[in-house]
Amino acid sequence: PLWCDKVLLRASRRVEIAYFSHSQITRLYSRFHSLDKGENGALSREDFQRIPELAINPLGDRIINAFFPEGEDQVNFRGFMRTLAHFRPVEDNEKSKGHDASEPLNSRNNKLLFAFRLYDLDRDDKISRDELLQVLRMMVGVNISDEQLGSIADRTIQEADTNGDMSISFSEFIKVLEKVDVEQKMSIRFLH
Amino acid sequence: MLFNANCLALLVFIIVPAILGVSFGIRRIYMKTLLKIFEWATLRMERGAKERNQQLYKPCSNGIIAKEPVSLEQEIQEPRGGGGEFDMSDILYFCRRGVESIVDDEVTKRFTAEELESWNLLTRSNYNLHHISARLTVLWGLGVLIRYGFLLPLRYKNKLYPHPTSKVNLMCYRICVRALTAIITYHDSDNKPKNGGICVANHTSPIDVLILASDGCYSMVGQAHGGLMGFIQKTLVKACPHIWFERSEVKDRHLVAKRLSDHVADKTKLPILIFPEGTCINNTSVMMFKKGSFEIDCTIYPVAIKYDPRFGNAFWNSSKFRMVTYLLHMMSSWAVVCSVWYLPPMKREEGEDAVQFANRVKSAIARKGGLVDLLWDGGLKRSKVKEVFKEEQQKLYSKVLVSRQEDPEHS
Repeated sequence: PLWCDKVLLRASRRVEIAYFSHSQITRLYSRFHSLDKGENGALSREDFQRIPELAINPLGDRIINAFFPEGEDQVNFRGFMRTLAHFRPVEDNEKSKGHDASEPLNSRNNKLLFAFRLYDLDRDDKISRDELLQVLRMMVGVNISDEQLGSIADRTIQEADTNGDMSISFSEFIKVLEKVDVEQKMSIRFLH
Repeated sequence: MLFNANCLALLVFIIVPAILGVSFGIRRIYMKTLLKIFEWATLRMERGAKERNQQLYKPCSNGIIAKEPVSLEQEIQEPRGGGGEFDMSDILYFCRRGVESIVDDEVTKRFTAEELESWNLLTRSNYNLHHISARLTVLWGLGVLIRYGFLLPLRYKNKLYPHPTSKVNLMCYRICVRALTAIITYHDSDNKPKNGGICVANHTSPIDVLILASDGCYSMVGQAHGGLMGFIQKTLVKACPHIWFERSEVKDRHLVAKRLSDHVADKTKLPILIFPEGTCINNTSVMMFKKGSFEIDCTIYPVAIKYDPRFGNAFWNSSKFRMVTYLLHMMSSWAVVCSVWYLPPMKREEGEDAVQFANRVKSAIARKGGLVDLLWDGGLKRSKVKEVFKEEQQKLYSKVLVSRQEDPEHS
């Protein structure tokens, strides 16, 4: 549709085109447009919360937060695609090779970074005991006691923390998840 | 002279067949011709797209991403390295699920018109405007002329208000139906609803009522509206006993249940027509049936209604279009083509509660009509999802944690 062309032209000069095909970008734009109830070319947190399956996800708010850069509360289509690019399956990487020196958004490392940031509430590149407790509380609701949750948090940090600072850094996080098939668990395949 | 010719055409092609309940088969030929034209239009657009080395945007109704139907327990229970209940990788499941729902979810797309795979020459359902060739534009222009210059005025003239006599009621519905160029196929008419029962159907538009009422007599239930709807409701009541509730009464479930029970207990009264979804859905799925009508002790006659979206979109998106705009769309589309299936009557079984019974009826209707059976509430069109569903998810995850703790050997 005509409203799509201008955006696509601009998008095609950006890095995101490397992660999605033309038809996938069109579908994502169609989805973006249907979520954008205010029709102002940007999504707010409320627009995301309107999706019932996301609203009942215990980590729904953390996931929504991942779309918004620090201090902003609007995300445009480019930002939307950029965040979704993290979930492209890893083998679709050929297009982005040689594009620039930095790692592709959907690499294993960047997928892990995405997950790490779900825990790291204050974005200080460390998961503190308090942050871990808060995220655990989001996932279990009222069904587990404070003490039990506290001991779970303690045990998790104890196992992961190698430098003794009582918090989990990104490299410690990578070590903890080294045996996990992150590529498969954090990938979303398009049907077309 | 032209006026007389029009009147004669009206009489011969619309009123007489409606009274006698017969059909000329002209509408079916019209339908087949339209389909051929639509196919040709889509082929032309594909060709145009290929010439420009682009891919034609084809909307797909089956979803755009591959979603594995793996549950929380299955995915998280996989054997891991260390012991203990919690694993930092547990978050990955919720993360992926969340992002999947951002890209494509089962609910929000039910509240907008279904996207078609081939273009039906209506601007309102086109997504590929830049692939239209000159020939296609001419055809589209012709279509506009025919629909707004010929079909619409013809249908507008034929809109008659129902007469205050019951047999004529049926005739008048039939006239309205023909006026819309509605081509309806009724299946399994021996299962048609009988007195003392409740007829339930999936809801897509106000036209559902027209379609069912032109093939049988029903008592309607609903909220008393103002405006055009209110006028129609008051007029209908003069012919048959319908049950209209004030908004305040609707909240009193016992009052509603009592009035419905009294009505079905009286075997001389017509079957009640109810749409348990409570709101219009876009005809690709059936959403949660409200249990109210299933608590009443009587026979339920399920009916499945499926519109053919190629001829015009029948779904009334009440947040986007007013009733009048919607009727205008309906009267200026090619036709309203739909199939109605009368399913065998069902009764609540021993040990089955109203919710389970409602779900059983809903599944039967979804299966027959080829619609997706969803547990989600149609009310999500306007309101937020209840917290209790999130709490269910949290409870599920907590159970997984506890079971790991109790059985560390397994994990």
